Amino acid sequence: MSGNRNTGYVRPLDLRDGRVEMSHGSGGRAMAQLVRELFLAAFDNDILRQMNDQAIFTLPPGRVVMTTDSYVVSPLFFPGGDIGCMSVHGTINDLAMSGARPAYLAASFVLEEGFALAELKRVVDSMARAALLAGVPVVTGDTKVVERGKGDGVFITTTGVGVVADGIDISGANARPGDSILLSGTIGDHGIAVMSKREDLGFRTAIESDTAALHELVAAMVAAVPGIHAMRDPTRGGLGTTLNEIAAQSGVGMMIEEASIPVAPQVEAACEFLGFDPLYVANEGKLVAICRQQDAGRLLAAMRAHPLGAAAAVIGEVRQDRNGFVQMKTRLGGQRIVDWLTGEQLPRIC
Amino acid sequence: MNYIDEYRDGTLAAGLAAAIARAAIPRRQYRFMEFCGGHTYAIARYGLTDLLPSSVRMIHGPGCPVCVLPIGRVDAVIRLALEHKVTLCTYGDALRVPGSGGMSLLRARARGADVRMIYSAADALTVARAEPQREVVFFALGFETTTPATAVVIREAHAAGIGNFSVLCNHVLTPPAMAAILESPVLPGAAPLALDGFVGPAHVSTVIGTVPYEFVALRHRKPVVIAGFEPLDLLQAVLMLIRQVNDGRAEVENEFVRAVGRNGNLKAQALMREVFEVRDRFEWRGLGEIPASALKIREPYRRLDAEVRYAMGYRPVPDNKACECGAILRGAKSPSECAIFGTLCTPENPIGACMVSSEGACAAHYSYGRFKDAVEVPG
Repeated sequence: MSGNRNTGYVRPLDLRDGRVEMSHGSGGRAMAQLVRELFLAAFDNDILRQMNDQAIFTLPPGRVVMTTDSYVVSPLFFPGGDIGCMSVHGTINDLAMSGARPAYLAASFVLEEGFALAELKRVVDSMARAALLAGVPVVTGDTKVVERGKGDGVFITTTGVGVVADGIDISGANARPGDSILLSGTIGDHGIAVMSKREDLGFRTAIESDTAALHELVAAMVAAVPGIHAMRDPTRGGLGTTLNEIAAQSGVGMMIEEASIPVAPQVEAACEFLGFDPLYVANEGKLVAICRQQDAGRLLAAMRAHPLGAAAAVIGEVRQDRNGFVQMKTRLGGQRIVDWLTGEQLPRIC
Repeated sequence: MNYIDEYRDGTLAAGLAAAIARAAIPRRQYRFMEFCGGHTYAIARYGLTDLLPSSVRMIHGPGCPVCVLPIGRVDAVIRLALEHKVTLCTYGDALRVPGSGGMSLLRARARGADVRMIYSAADALTVARAEPQREVVFFALGFETTTPATAVVIREAHAAGIGNFSVLCNHVLTPPAMAAILESPVLPGAAPLALDGFVGPAHVSTVIGTVPYEFVALRHRKPVVIAGFEPLDLLQAVLMLIRQVNDGRAEVENEFVRAVGRNGNLKAQALMREVFEVRDRFEWRGLGEIPASALKIREPYRRLDAEVRYAMGYRPVPDNKACECGAILRGAKSPSECAIFGTLCTPENPIGACMVSSEGACAAHYSYGRFKDAVEVPG
């Protein structure tokens, strides 16, 4: 930050036509300027303003929860969101799935040489807005620049800390036979929104990503039912993968009802067209919760009372099953496995 | 979804299931093969076997375009991508098909090959036009459904004189494969072919019509019912097959009248005849060599044939010995009767053809139906 006090003026970053250069990651004056004029300006808060290499803060009483996640989405901007807000929502959600109240975020950027500063500003502003709305500030960060062709514009890693109150014990390993399985809303919106933009599929109906911070919904759920057994956000791999993860961790099976799983008509149509199964399409603003059957009514009411859980539904129950199968009663009255996703979901030929 | 939900109605399905149960003669077994992977997938995805009486057994046929591609052909396309450094464009589910040593186009991409997933044949030509400095090869595969689209692209590239584009043609034909199943010699000690009829292809039939299946009814005395890919289509087709069997009839009937006519799509057939000719023989994974069962590019368009342009020879690679795909594709065995099913051979590491794509008989059973093989644990 020093070096310009005597001249009083430094040409500001060209946020309209400028590009990321190697010098923006070299630790010198150019980097200091990028940090000051872009990152600090957007994320501004007391802790960040101290400009140290670390953030120092105290947390409210309880157990500390920590998580980290890297975001590499292509395209960077998609209907309903962008890599910036997604990198805030995703990490807040990973914290919240433990029942924690998220407190602070750290953000690390890997920028590709030649990436337009205007786009970077859009991403950073979107992150800042998401953090502000969520009430979870970004208090420390880092920037690196890689040579052109060695990145995809921008990669973002966010790390979060939060605090979980005593008495709350939510874990993927806690699902028990007889428990109810609840889902907070429609599935597949994010994955289809990103894919339709990436592949330029030109669907006439706009499908928007559901990217959202779920911690307020979770707070309402935990207040209604402190004894929630398990919770997870079905991101990559979709609902099908998340249910299999929990079943494996808890050593149980599951039976879900296809007819009870909400899917937006546009998403269903896009999946039909591409030969995808919405059960394996990514979400960024949904959660699965598992609780005792006698608590399910109260938990469902609390979810539906929140805008992000308005379409919540009970979709099935946990069962004892040595094989750990997640099974589904189909709309047709048949029964099948909802298996782990094999590799990537790829469109079928015919 | 309009015009889709109507064919997935649970109440109508229950009604059809009841009609099937009434029509099935007690103590008689009905074994029907659904030829198409699309049907196999629908049966598995909607759990349709639960709606059929135990006397009706569905046998999953070879109609999955990536499953029947022999290892030798997969190896050849991988060599083309890795050694000739071409830009290889193909459909999504062709990317994962394993060749020798577990190599696939996806894994070739990780090793530096330029492999691109496309949604239609026309996309491949778009890539060639956009990147004239690259040699672009469209890895074309599929049954008669996808063949006309490949023909259109070949004609267009030919007319426009696009020099950096070629097509590696692996299109195969449905009727010769059905004939091969019906006429396959039973090896000593092997279970004989036991089939009471076929659920005929949906999308393939929109192109070729119903006439090409008449030999099945006339020569082999097996009923055929052409059916759509929706669950109600399938249930209706099974009911029609049972009625034919009960009446002692062997006819080609068409359940999929909303899309399939007796003569099919004549314009598409003319296009296919103009651009392609029938190969003398073609190897199918799991079924072996079948005469006159695949297409190659005709002389006026030979310049666009990647096999010619890159002087690609064909080296057959034998299937794994433990694999029972051949017997499964003929309906002589079920997936769980194969010793390596679900152990050595899984969707993550497929050994046999039937495990390759979600439409394959073994993959569909593994991914959707294997709970039926498991020992019930009291809950």
